[in-house]
Amino acid sequence: MAKSKTKKIFWNAFWTDNPVFRQILGICSTLAVTNLMVNTIIMDIGLIFVLIMSNVTVSLLRNVTPRRIRMMVQVLIIATYVILFDLALKAYLPDISKALGAYVGLIITNCIIMGRAEAFASSNKPYPAFIDGLASGLGYSVILLAIAIPREILGFGTIMKDTFLQVTLMPESFTKWIIMVMAPGAFFTLAIVIWIIRGWTGRSGEDKG
Amino acid sequence: MIEINPFVILFAAIFTNNILLSNYLGMCSFLAVSREVKASWGLGFAVIFVMTVTTAINWLVYFYILVPTGMEHFWYIIFIVVIAAFVQLVEIVIEKISPILYVNLGIFLPLITVNCAILGASLFMIIRGYDFLQSIAYGFGAGVGWALAIVAMAGIRQRISRSPVPAPLEGAGIALIIAGLMSLAFMGFSGMIQVQ
Repeated sequence: MAKSKTKKIFWNAFWTDNPVFRQILGICSTLAVTNLMVNTIIMDIGLIFVLIMSNVTVSLLRNVTPRRIRMMVQVLIIATYVILFDLALKAYLPDISKALGAYVGLIITNCIIMGRAEAFASSNKPYPAFIDGLASGLGYSVILLAIAIPREILGFGTIMKDTFLQVTLMPESFTKWIIMVMAPGAFFTLAIVIWIIRGWTGRSGEDKG
Repeated sequence: MIEINPFVILFAAIFTNNILLSNYLGMCSFLAVSREVKASWGLGFAVIFVMTVTTAINWLVYFYILVPTGMEHFWYIIFIVVIAAFVQLVEIVIEKISPILYVNLGIFLPLITVNCAILGASLFMIIRGYDFLQSIAYGFGAGVGWALAIVAMAGIRQRISRSPVPAPLEGAGIALIIAGLMSLAFMGFSGMIQVQ
């Protein structure tokens, strides 16, 4: 595998076809955890793990999977890795596992994972599939962090709340924007992030849903 | 969970805790389909039906098969298989008995298997510890809430399509802002009852 090709796959998945702002995929299950950075980061790690592993597995099995039932096989592969991640989280970070609740399980129905398995991994070799999974996951995580950071700063006045890295940015007198940590805040922030990125890259108008 | 009237849960699921506007579930198909009012009704009804039945089935499967055999850890897999199998079954049945319904509803059924809201409703009902009746009320209510949100959204988007929107916001961007405003409006209900 030539190095330039690897780079191209990475860049395509990371930026050119970025799942969130290009394709508006997979915001369902993860938007909910973007009110705290630490939750977002844990969720991102889970998503990247599941994305890479399922991509590689789907790619390895691509020649022995019957065409007609491939969706079902892909869902089962994804669900297996989600369960692994869920159990690891329960064992090592029980508090965060509780805070994330059902949303870890909902990684299964995150359209990105299914989308990458179907669009890329099912017709490519394991190594490019690995790169593709990594890059899509990172591209997705960057956007989620871009949503989480302003939400946490405006909503709680801190960065990395509830961890040893906690930094309080806003002074005592700062009135917290409660709306930012509630449901509407996530919608508005995501819309603004999409607005900025699309305006900046000069591409607009399309969305595939 | 201690005695909560199923009707309270039904109301909460539709208004105060709308699965789409407060839990962000089912956003993908929400953004994709909410361009036409008619298609939104179709998908909305399909979601109500599938959600009500799958929460009921999943409740039975969880408490009568998974818990006695100690396999709770596999609930994600089992639930998604139940949902996929049920959707497939409905598709076959509808195709046989009512071709008209199939034309109107059939194309939405495959979309539903990957709709996060369906799986989400099943997961929430277990996490919140609802009993059987409460689960059915919750599944039905969450479905109605989702349908309500998507139809309202489609109506607004039809108007918006003729308005001048900044180019980078067109499509998904403006839809998300509308969703945010709707979510704000639905928060107005939240003082009425304090139930999840």
